[in-house]
Amino acid sequence: MADHALKVNGLQKSFGKNYVLRGIDVTLEPGSVTVLMGANGAGKSTLVKVICGHHRADGGTMMLAGAAFAPEDAADAIQQGVVTVHQSIDDGVIPDLDVANNLMLDRLVERGHGLFVRERHLRDEAAKVASAMGIDVNLRARVSDLSVADRQMIAIARAMARAPKVLILDEPTSSLSATEADRLFALIDRLREQGVAILYISHRMSDIRRIADRIIVMRDGAISGSFDSKPLDYEAAVTAMLGHRMTEVDVAVNSGTVPVLELSNLTLFPNATPINLQARDGEVVALVGLLGSGKSRLAEILFGRARAVSGTMRINGADYAPSSVEDAVARGVYMSPKDRGTNAVIPAFDIADNMTLPFLKGLSVGSFLDARRQKNRSQEMVSQLGIVCQTVGDGIGTLSGGNQQKVMIARWLLEPAQVLLLDEPFQGVDIGARRDIGRHIRATAQGRATLVFLAEIDEALEIADRIVVMNEGAIVGEHTNQNVDLAALVADISGAKSTQTGTYS
Amino acid sequence: MNDRLLDFAIRYGFLILLVGLIVYFSLAAPGFFGPLSAAFVLQSVAITGILALGVTCTLVVGGFDLSIGAVATSALMLSAYSMVILEHPTLVAVFLCLGMGALVGFINGILIVKFRVPDLLATLGMMFLLIGLQRIPTQGNSIATGMTLADGSVAEGTFSAAFLWLGRHRFDVVIDRLLPMPVVIFVAIAVLIWLFLGFTRHGRLMYAIGSNERAAALVGTPVNRYKIAAYMISGVTASIGGILLAARLGRGDIASGNNLLLDSVAAALIGFAVLGAARPNAFGTAIGALFVGILLQGMTMMNAPYYTQDFVKGAVLVAALVFTFYLSSRRTGAGH
Repeated sequence: MADHALKVNGLQKSFGKNYVLRGIDVTLEPGSVTVLMGANGAGKSTLVKVICGHHRADGGTMMLAGAAFAPEDAADAIQQGVVTVHQSIDDGVIPDLDVANNLMLDRLVERGHGLFVRERHLRDEAAKVASAMGIDVNLRARVSDLSVADRQMIAIARAMARAPKVLILDEPTSSLSATEADRLFALIDRLREQGVAILYISHRMSDIRRIADRIIVMRDGAISGSFDSKPLDYEAAVTAMLGHRMTEVDVAVNSGTVPVLELSNLTLFPNATPINLQARDGEVVALVGLLGSGKSRLAEILFGRARAVSGTMRINGADYAPSSVEDAVARGVYMSPKDRGTNAVIPAFDIADNMTLPFLKGLSVGSFLDARRQKNRSQEMVSQLGIVCQTVGDGIGTLSGGNQQKVMIARWLLEPAQVLLLDEPFQGVDIGARRDIGRHIRATAQGRATLVFLAEIDEALEIADRIVVMNEGAIVGEHTNQNVDLAALVADISGAKSTQTGTYS
Repeated sequence: MNDRLLDFAIRYGFLILLVGLIVYFSLAAPGFFGPLSAAFVLQSVAITGILALGVTCTLVVGGFDLSIGAVATSALMLSAYSMVILEHPTLVAVFLCLGMGALVGFINGILIVKFRVPDLLATLGMMFLLIGLQRIPTQGNSIATGMTLADGSVAEGTFSAAFLWLGRHRFDVVIDRLLPMPVVIFVAIAVLIWLFLGFTRHGRLMYAIGSNERAAALVGTPVNRYKIAAYMISGVTASIGGILLAARLGRGDIASGNNLLLDSVAAALIGFAVLGAARPNAFGTAIGALFVGILLQGMTMMNAPYYTQDFVKGAVLVAALVFTFYLSSRRTGAGH
């Protein structure tokens, strides 16, 4: 048998002109956990999709245990011994069936299986699988009644029933609590002992510390770092993931005037350290942190979509405790959410309707829309932000990603904000559009406090006056955007100071 | 060139087909083309058209209202009960029915937004409930003046002249006593809903909810309130349809209105194809209702048997849906 389980050589994949994988070399060894890190858009999910047969590669080869491996489709990949447990757990289980049926589901679709289900036999087999995996749940319980962790275990157990050579876990702990994650890690340890090669995709440093044998890092469709000598250099891995080429953008730091937004002892999660933060008029504050650092939670709380555990918020000295998005918007707190496709774009609407959606009231006479004013206002924003389109009557779907994002940002610049929240404003945006958006945000920053939620350091350095680092729901570092000590910044992000012991131990 | 042809076909295909139908029937069936025949067609589609406009509003917010037919027949029975048995004046009967429609719509909306029942199931349940409820007060009998009640007394109330006027009055247009009142009401409601959906900010926000509910909520749209409002509009228009039906029949006939639901849903869905809108819209719905009416009238005048009607309606609906979903998706390239 070969010394590798899966060997990927020069793998390439592009969607149209968009080169997502530019020659990836990865080797997975039996009985070892390889962690794959990479920011959004680095190409991790595309790599996984090629390996598990969802996409065909455009170039390069894959070898599975010494034999050429080019899966026709997902079923073929599983057949050959490469099994993937995807991020959304419910893709891996059938919620309305009981545990035993879920565990045995793959047997039921086998060709040789008879017409009738042999109930007792099925339960016996399921019990065997469950005990081999150390799963201790009632086999007759409906999967929809189980906890997230148990469902995850069952999804993995289903995958393991195939005795795979390679197991891919895509962000498996993203919806698990600490104790639940511990159970998952125990299971992973057991699988490692059985000689399975595991590819584990995650951003969570505490997970990575707990289970990684090796770390490989992707950035912009290529491997930007590979770490296999113990002890693993976690900070170098984070640096390789986020990158910090010096950007050409020079930020003239503006520390702002009067405080607009003040957070006092705001606790984001139960048992998290409370945060204190001021954002001043004219200032652009970037909040950076890895997935699960609490920055999305903070954005939700500020926009009235969630409540803080405790603590107070004030805007211009007045108490602020929004109970809904309407409340927040009425107080002048606007947010451009991340993932514009699901959270922002109205696919059926044209550019003007998409842009003016929050402020239709101001563009109406009584209840009737003033189409001309709506068009003129949109036209102004189109030229200010340099949105490339024929007319503002074009469907939003005719625009490129960068231009769509500009429309979504312009939406919240139509009316003056007290506090402007931008959650991952550069997601799926080309470099030109990113510069345009950044420049415009900075140019209009007077008269409001601007908070930008980002995962990438580059982007923060481009747009912010001040960079605030979050980790585990708390603020762990603050840097003025002038001669930033990048090493210290990266150390803050990876949680080097606070989490020597790890969260889950 | 091919693209432009396709675009033209999607945009005007249905209207051209409509004109073609009129021309064909005018030549093939003597007497089809004329004011009397036109008034008859309009009369036949007025009530389903009104219901279809209501269901259009629920389609706009991404919902569906299956209870409209039952709301209409409930309004029919309620108005009869109110006037014939309780001997209420006209206005009271009318407002009772409108209030009932609004209440049913409100309950539908609450079931959907607060109790998270899927729209089809919530309104299906409501449909059953209403079909049963409307029969309870009269022990399953139709209501007419002179009927014997459960306690042995005789119902002495009558439909007032003012009420019957709503369903039977005909305005003098071109010919004396040509244009029926329900047609006037249908046109008025169509214009109102058209203005509301197409030109007010409320309409625009409702379309936004139907297209991407999450995004609409994240700009501060009170999504739940708009959804409830849509079901209330649907309930009220359905009750208007029921009132007009009662006023035309002049009795609380338990068996009428069976086809209302399917016919009006079909009209609203056919409306997707008009002008290549590919989404629910008031103008399309009105044209959709008219299209079915003209087709049936023409076929009747050419002596096609009555039992072929549903088949033809179904065929038109399927064709319109293919138009909307297949051709329009080809136009925008693969995807939505």
